[in-house]
Amino acid sequence: MNTLTDRLRPLTGHRLFWPALVLVVMILANTVYRPGFLAVEVKSGHLYGTPIDILRLSAPLILVALGMTLVIATGGIDLSVGSLCAISGAIACLHISEAADPNSPSTVLTALALAFGVALVLGAWNGVLVAVIGIQPIIATLILMVAGRGIAQLVTEGQIITINSEPYRAIGLGHFLTLPLAILIALAAALLVAAFTRRTALGLIVESVGGNAEASRLAGIRSRRIVFLVYVVSAACAAIAGFMVTANVSSADGNAAGLWIELDAILAVVIGGTSLAGGRFSLSGTVLGALIIQTLTTTVYAMNISPQTSLLFKAVVVIAVCLVQAPAFRARFRRRRRGVEPGPATPQREKEQVPA
Amino acid sequence: MTSTSLTTGRSWRPSLSRRHVPVLATLTLLLVMYGIGVSQYRAFSNVQVIFNVFIDNGFVLVVAVGMTFVILTGGIDLSVGAVVAMTAMVSAALLRDGMPAALVLVIALLIGPILGFLMGCAIHFFDIQPFIVTLAGMFFARGMCTFISGASISITDGFWTGMSQERIGNPAGNFVSISVLIAFAVVLVAAYVLAYTRFGRNVYAVGGNAQSALLMGLPVGRTRIAVYTISGLCSAIGGILLSFYTLSGAPLIAVGMELDVIAAVVIGGTVLTGGSGYVFGTVLGVLVLGVIQTLITFDGSLNSWWTKIVIGGLLFAFILLQRLIGIRFK
Repeated sequence: MNTLTDRLRPLTGHRLFWPALVLVVMILANTVYRPGFLAVEVKSGHLYGTPIDILRLSAPLILVALGMTLVIATGGIDLSVGSLCAISGAIACLHISEAADPNSPSTVLTALALAFGVALVLGAWNGVLVAVIGIQPIIATLILMVAGRGIAQLVTEGQIITINSEPYRAIGLGHFLTLPLAILIALAAALLVAAFTRRTALGLIVESVGGNAEASRLAGIRSRRIVFLVYVVSAACAAIAGFMVTANVSSADGNAAGLWIELDAILAVVIGGTSLAGGRFSLSGTVLGALIIQTLTTTVYAMNISPQTSLLFKAVVVIAVCLVQAPAFRARFRRRRRGVEPGPATPQREKEQVPA
Repeated sequence: MTSTSLTTGRSWRPSLSRRHVPVLATLTLLLVMYGIGVSQYRAFSNVQVIFNVFIDNGFVLVVAVGMTFVILTGGIDLSVGAVVAMTAMVSAALLRDGMPAALVLVIALLIGPILGFLMGCAIHFFDIQPFIVTLAGMFFARGMCTFISGASISITDGFWTGMSQERIGNPAGNFVSISVLIAFAVVLVAAYVLAYTRFGRNVYAVGGNAQSALLMGLPVGRTRIAVYTISGLCSAIGGILLSFYTLSGAPLIAVGMELDVIAAVVIGGTVLTGGSGYVFGTVLGVLVLGVIQTLITFDGSLNSWWTKIVIGGLLFAFILLQRLIGIRFK
């Protein structure tokens, strides 16, 4: 993990320095607190250990955050991903639970295709609201965020659908080539998105739409189509994350599945250095941001602090990272250092200001 | 409401009635829904049904008024639900430790505004998006709740139980709780501030166009910080009202309330980009949500999740309406 972030630093320059540092510090603190933190062992052909767990548990967040990165790069935001997770998971589980043979691969594939299709339709709905009708993204996706939870509960009829299907369970807990399948799926999605955006002009086009939709339209880019597309991609990512979340527990809960994942995903994107104003994005930063959030959560669990209280730490980390990245804050900090040389006192003080 | 005095803020649009269309649409919707209720269920015409909507939603109303200020400046405050829970939690914990009720009230009413003030400062001075800052505020407040106690704390204090059980009503047996009166007071004060004070005009001006407001010499920064402080204060009052209502503080109470509140404000005709909207509309928005819940309760066969789907549908309808009548057409 250390080597990974070290290798990233020269590649991406100063932009990823702070998030990477936060992750490294957190891992170091964990290793000091619990020496066995970084130990990875091989049991019956599979890798086990805390780092692997963090990677596996962060897989849904990475997926959702990838889609969110693209949406935010166009200057939008997608609040509905959590509800989409719940809906896709609920539909897949419902189909499997009603099938004659829940273990047959064809049943699972049909369920996945069905749920994925519905998610794409809902993503298209978001896309139409934003790109065609021209509603503000935050409010357009708020509609599906509120109504989506209701739809998910409608699908499950307010119950928790429990399923007993090995192939479906594998999406969350299975292994492939010694690594958990979830990590590989998230990795594949990250590479796919990276290839499409950074190896073709698509990424540049997305950024130009986020920078100025009207100007890029005049430059010959079909900006509406791009905006529509990113919401569909975001919904697709959310659907796969929904499969993982429900496969992890082999059950679909319309209320709890993917709850607050949209907020975590937005945080991951922002921590990764993508501006909420749009116009530029960093996929590696997003992955790093998702890993930071999951490492923080795991750290807090390991220290026997209640999961809800971990929100306190999340709040501090979020504000600290955002402040460090805020241009206004940096400008102030730089001005002061040039003037009086008070050293790193300024960020310290701001960090303390939050929990006051 | 007092619309004529507000037109100066946005005088470039001459048609006055257009600004009122969303509020009138909400009013019509409310009346239609009430009419449906009365025609379907005999007990619905009882005045107490309306009073109960107010009793059950008094705290939502107060929080929504605070949110109206924030949204009018073009911002958003995601922390309200968590601050409501934190205020209720803090009061319950302090009362359990035997602190006098008056002191508890003061402390509880201070926490929300202080958090709001800090968030406003972070938003204004460091130029971080309100969405992210208030999200962090939400995490912080929600975390504090569980930090105080993982389980719910019941309130047995005499003042609190008194406020909770006091019924103000007529001989016919219809009554409201004190919370409703407090909520009404907050609504009236907020409506007055927005319509008749310099600060109120600044709020509309900042929401209409922050750059222009700055060039006009209006105190944009002070206004922006003030609205988040006001939202924090309203959330704190809402938290107190909620603790009157439930007589307890629970760490997971009011989860997702911010969504309901934002929905109520939008349904009430306030435009999310800021600069246009009324407190009166927000009151109607909260009532619409309350009547939906009452209708679904009266029906009995519909499940609670239909509430969410209906709210989502209404949000869509109202945003589309705002779009069609061309408010803030970019």
